[in-house]
Amino acid sequence: MADKVVDARGLSCPEPVLLAKQAIEAMSAGTIEVLVETTASRDNVTRMAKYLGCSVATQEAGGEFRLTITKG
Amino acid sequence: MASEGGARRAISRLLASRAGIISVGLIIGVVAALLQRAGNPPNMGICVACFERDMAGALGLHRAAAVQYMRPEIIGFVLGAFASALLFREFKPRGGSAPIARFMLGVFAAIGALAFLGCPWRALLRLAGGDGNALLGLAGLLAGVCLGALCLQRGYTLGRSSLATPLSGLILPAVMLLFLGLLTLKVSFGPGGALFFSEKGPGAMHASLAVSLSAGLGIGVLAQRSRFCTMGAIRDAVLIRDVHLLSGVAALVAAAFATNLALGQFRAGFAAMPIAHSAHLWNFLGMALSGLAFALAGGCPGRQLFLSGEGDGDAAVFVCGMIVGAAFAHNFFLAGAPDVLADGVLKVGGPGPYGKIAVLAGLAFCTLLGLTARRRA
Repeated sequence: MADKVVDARGLSCPEPVLLAKQAIEAMSAGTIEVLVETTASRDNVTRMAKYLGCSVATQEAGGEFRLTITKG
Repeated sequence: MASEGGARRAISRLLASRAGIISVGLIIGVVAALLQRAGNPPNMGICVACFERDMAGALGLHRAAAVQYMRPEIIGFVLGAFASALLFREFKPRGGSAPIARFMLGVFAAIGALAFLGCPWRALLRLAGGDGNALLGLAGLLAGVCLGALCLQRGYTLGRSSLATPLSGLILPAVMLLFLGLLTLKVSFGPGGALFFSEKGPGAMHASLAVSLSAGLGIGVLAQRSRFCTMGAIRDAVLIRDVHLLSGVAALVAAAFATNLALGQFRAGFAAMPIAHSAHLWNFLGMALSGLAFALAGGCPGRQLFLSGEGDGDAAVFVCGMIVGAAFAHNFFLAGAPDVLADGVLKVGGPGPYGKIAVLAGLAFCTLLGLTARRRA
């Protein structure tokens, strides 16, 4: 179970990235689930999370993406 | 089928990579400079704002005789992105996020860009052609995007879009296809009626239909896959210290510069540069307005066209706003006038009084929207 869930579905670029970044920076270690629905948002959030040293696992279901970001 | 899917994934990975975005920037830079050689206006191989203004003229939404042509590059951007989105299964009709606010952002984005005389793409191409005024425009763009980024950090949002019917995602691509048909057949709806074609001026300067359309389609595909965005490049560098998109933009400038040098199209200076003015303050403020509007709308004018091709109705509304804004810019004499050099005397151009008022009003509107459209905590 993730420590925090960020639902960024339907939000314009770069809001998903900003919300995910704020969630990552707000915790010292743990997992965050980020929900997005476009591949552009999936790629942008993934790139940002990796840049911040996190690992990212992606699941696709029903045209939406669930990114599990692990910090620490 | 598996290998087909594998090939798609490989192409996607390549174009989404750093090398991919740099390659796309290089290709756009070379193609834009070559389009000038092929007939497009100087330092205007591609300009989304100028070309949407020309399209507004072709449709008769404004009657500035020098800037009327149904630009195939814009049609190609939308249709190329549409084809790419279908092929890569990214066509997703969606919309409903504050359409009227997005429309007004489009209107003011066009008014700001036409006060400067170019969108961010043309600002980069003008720089690559030696036009120093582009530096003022790019500084304004940076300031506008930074202001937008500040709003985003404070929780600015226009709200969520939702999934829409397939038909709504097809509307803008279908309209572009219709425009292509009208252009190809040079349809006239009667004496003195649309389509309008400039006989002189920038609207009369264009590459052949086949060349322009091919360039537009190719760039549409590449940009859809790589998410190329000039505004996003600045925004990401400022907000999250990510220079991925910026590396593509830098590649565009470098490639256009090198191609311009090779073709003898480079001429450095500030005064009387091609279809440009040296009213420095208004170059800066015009582009600041555009940059802010693009940041608040989530993409540069090129990116809005590519998103429209993917079925994004909110981006399509922004595009319509830009076309209407471009028409307003000429009907209400808001657009910047180019510098004129006559008998060795320089007459500095720039926007007239109404244009200056419109730019300031746009900055006020966008700032108000940026500060008040906020996510509830």
